[in-house]
Amino acid sequence: MRGRWTGYWLILPAALWLGVFFVIPFYSLLATSLYDPEGSVLTGYDVTYHVANFVDAIEEFWRPLLRSLWYAGVATVICLVLGYVLAYAIAFKAGRWRTLLLVLVVAPFFTSFLIRTLSWKLILADDGFIVDALQTVHLMGDDDRLLATPVAVIAGLVYNFLPFMVLPLYASLEKIDHRLIEASSDLYASPSRGFWKVTLPLSMPGVVGGTLLTFIPAAGDYINAELLGSPNQRMVGNVIQELFTSTGDYAAAGALSVILMVIIVALVMVYIRKAGTEELV
Amino acid sequence: MTGRISRRTALTGGAGIALGAASLGVLPLFGTPDRQQDPATCTTPDLSERQARLVVSNWPGYIDEDDDGYVSTLTDFQKRTGIDVSYTADVNDNLEFFAKVVNQLGSCQSSKRDLFMLTDWMAARMIQVGWIQPLDAAKVPNLHANLIDSLRGIGWDPDRTYSAPWQSGLTGIAYNKSKVGEVRSFEELLSRPDLKGRVSLLTEMRDTMGLIMLSQGADPADFDEDDWDNALDRLRKARNDGQIRAFTGNEYIQDLAAGNVLACEAWSGDVAAAEDENLVFVAPEEGQMIWSDNMLIPNLAEHQANAEEWINYYYDPEVAAKLAAYVWYICPVKGAQEAMEKVDPSLVENPLIFPTTESLATTHSFMALEEFQIRAYEGDFADVTGG
Repeated sequence: MRGRWTGYWLILPAALWLGVFFVIPFYSLLATSLYDPEGSVLTGYDVTYHVANFVDAIEEFWRPLLRSLWYAGVATVICLVLGYVLAYAIAFKAGRWRTLLLVLVVAPFFTSFLIRTLSWKLILADDGFIVDALQTVHLMGDDDRLLATPVAVIAGLVYNFLPFMVLPLYASLEKIDHRLIEASSDLYASPSRGFWKVTLPLSMPGVVGGTLLTFIPAAGDYINAELLGSPNQRMVGNVIQELFTSTGDYAAAGALSVILMVIIVALVMVYIRKAGTEELV
Repeated sequence: MTGRISRRTALTGGAGIALGAASLGVLPLFGTPDRQQDPATCTTPDLSERQARLVVSNWPGYIDEDDDGYVSTLTDFQKRTGIDVSYTADVNDNLEFFAKVVNQLGSCQSSKRDLFMLTDWMAARMIQVGWIQPLDAAKVPNLHANLIDSLRGIGWDPDRTYSAPWQSGLTGIAYNKSKVGEVRSFEELLSRPDLKGRVSLLTEMRDTMGLIMLSQGADPADFDEDDWDNALDRLRKARNDGQIRAFTGNEYIQDLAAGNVLACEAWSGDVAAAEDENLVFVAPEEGQMIWSDNMLIPNLAEHQANAEEWINYYYDPEVAAKLAAYVWYICPVKGAQEAMEKVDPSLVENPLIFPTTESLATTHSFMALEEFQIRAYEGDFADVTGG
């Protein structure tokens, strides 16, 4: 009899944790998105199942919503290219430097996310060395700038989420059996053909994991847009934050949060399905 | 899979529907209640007679501190009155502090504080929802005798029944004189070509919109929908033209010093505190906004009489001068300028602590807003400042 229950007992701590810290907040968020929009923080909010909140939120905030998905998408693609090259080099070419390089990939986490993003403000500053250098070689005009542009926000996103791309990629690349690649060349495949037909397909779990770990947090991020962008780069996270704290419009903030969540879940499901059947390769 | 629904699918579907329906029923539990209270009924007996205690919450860096030989006003107050003050600097932000106390004060429970300091608009909001106790005028004679004229007769508390300004500050313009020529008016900030893309404004709606209204000849203390819409259009135009680089909180001062921003909307105290000789604070030609942080006694404060004694003490000109010499904000107390002769003669003529009558005459405050207006106006403003 004891054996039969062991599994349930083992599930219990995690289930309790999820119940308290995921399910309850989730209901609370869902309820918030259905608040009567006529309410206010002071007069109180009632759940009136006001579904129109969703329509209103999309109508009013479709721009930052799309912008978030766009910025996160671009950042994910850049991360994938940069991260794949880096992970490939570490897994196949680094030899005894492998451990050191991996530590270096993780090293930024030893500093706070906020501090790292703020330091980009110094790097990209109007009077900073990058802008000065680009202006000297006339790649940028005298009045052009990097800070407070989409370039800065996307660069910040790429920088902050790159390790989340590199680590899963490395984990799949490192597991690949070298004999398979040798076999492909024995069968007269060129190195590039060998890469596209053997290495890349075998590293797909890493690609899928890495892109998800990058895209999902990047789409909801607001720190990069807040610190490196201007009002024209505002992402959906900034809007939600503002609706909750300064405007006090809980109904719209809740609806927008739920919409973002649904969009991301839908995108991820489609993506995983496609990636799972290897249509992406 | 064929068109037939398997038993398993049916069961899962049924369970899903049942869970969904149950969920909908649970949701109302997550509503939020009405926060309006009545200060006349939400009270508690005053323990001041028996307990010589006082619990104060204030902003950081907003009071003088003991330093070998120097006795702070706080220590002096405790010595003089025998009241034991528990002083905490836990007000960092009006909205954050609001969020901290909304559940208690909004349901007539004690906030465990006797006195806290909040900026005008938040003070007005709390008074409006009945969270704040009226002051006993007989116990705060210094307040009514010594409050400077420019802070009297404000819309949301005309007779200072509920609030006593702690310190004030100005919102105007700052520019970096090592990088750009003099900036005189707010209109220049919004339109001068050499400042394009190098201007920041404050996210504080009342400051920014107040200054824009002033530049359009409207009165921020008494405006109508047209004034508001005009000001909003002006701001939107400046933003769409790329004139404005950012809407910021306190951090604008770093960008100004670094040269990312050449000129900006600024708070007087920040410019003084930055101690950078290139940064100049200017009163815009159109007028500037004045704001105060106000001492408020919340409902269910157990030591109201002690709190009133504190307020009265800080409205003594000599005490006020001593405090002002330390914090460098505008001193709201008449007679403190004369008293400053003894404290620090070099500060007597300091325009940031003691603005002249003429410059005070050019200051304006923002009108009190009803709750629905706050939402509408903050929403309008966020639409322009945001995406």
